[in-house]
Amino acid sequence: MNLAEGVQIVSFGLLTVMMLGAALGVVLLENIVYSAFLLGGVFMSMAGLYLLLNADFVAAAQVLIYVGSVNVLILFGIMLVNKQESFKVLPNAWVRKGATALVCSGLFALLSTMVLSTPWMSQATVSVPPEESSIMIIGQHFFSDFLLPFELASVFLLMAMVGAIILARRDFIPDLIPEEKIQTPGWTLQERPRELLSVSSQQSSSER
Amino acid sequence: MELQLEYFLVVAAALFCIGIYGLITSRNAVRVLMSIELLLNAVNLNLMGFSNYLDGNEIKGQVFTVFVITVAAAEAAVGLAIVLTIYRNRNTVDMEEFNLLKW
Repeated sequence: MNLAEGVQIVSFGLLTVMMLGAALGVVLLENIVYSAFLLGGVFMSMAGLYLLLNADFVAAAQVLIYVGSVNVLILFGIMLVNKQESFKVLPNAWVRKGATALVCSGLFALLSTMVLSTPWMSQATVSVPPEESSIMIIGQHFFSDFLLPFELASVFLLMAMVGAIILARRDFIPDLIPEEKIQTPGWTLQERPRELLSVSSQQSSSER
Repeated sequence: MELQLEYFLVVAAALFCIGIYGLITSRNAVRVLMSIELLLNAVNLNLMGFSNYLDGNEIKGQVFTVFVITVAAAEAAVGLAIVLTIYRNRNTVDMEEFNLLKW
């Protein structure tokens, strides 16, 4: 990055404040839809931090994959399981939250002490950015010494896609399907149509 | 005064701790998935910081970050499918109700 140092410091501070505030909002807000949108804010600020770290390709990939796919996926998940329910109040819930907050702040204190007391930069050899752009180096890594993980990642994505489809589709009930419908050509997903929750509850109450 | 590696590491540690707090205290299952994404992002920030400051010539940390992003996308898809299936079975997304495997 050939920005001035003051610009770098100021933008780092702004991005950090945005990211930590949005992350606290994700965790602490009551409405989960707000949490999902703030999660997009966390991802965008993270992409900005990547730009400060001379990583343009990973910043673009972060915006495309996280904001474009993961965040939208989470929003769709919220929409599919959107049920306004008030959770049962647990006894001693504040004990649990307090203990977790204590452990997390202790972990943060431990980690920051470790970070600040370790002499990282003494082992630093170069601080100048390389001559080639980062995307060329990443591409060379992908097709030379990281070729096997790169190919395995595609198989892994295929496995995840098939697994997600199998987990999320509804149950297959062969005895409910009429005879003449089996002979219909074409690829149709034979699955039970989902009953609406209110309808099913009304039916069950009327049956009783 | 310029940007140091320690700044990024401290920010990543803070994000990691926020993610762990959300992971443990959330009652909504989708919020647990969001907290896991926060954790993965904190680790990614660590990797990118080390890659920029200690490995400036061959940036293997960025390559690793791309793999982590891939795994995170797959994890989000499978996790949401599992949450959807649990929601169909138990008709709730409360983490306290998912106690079928509790001794």
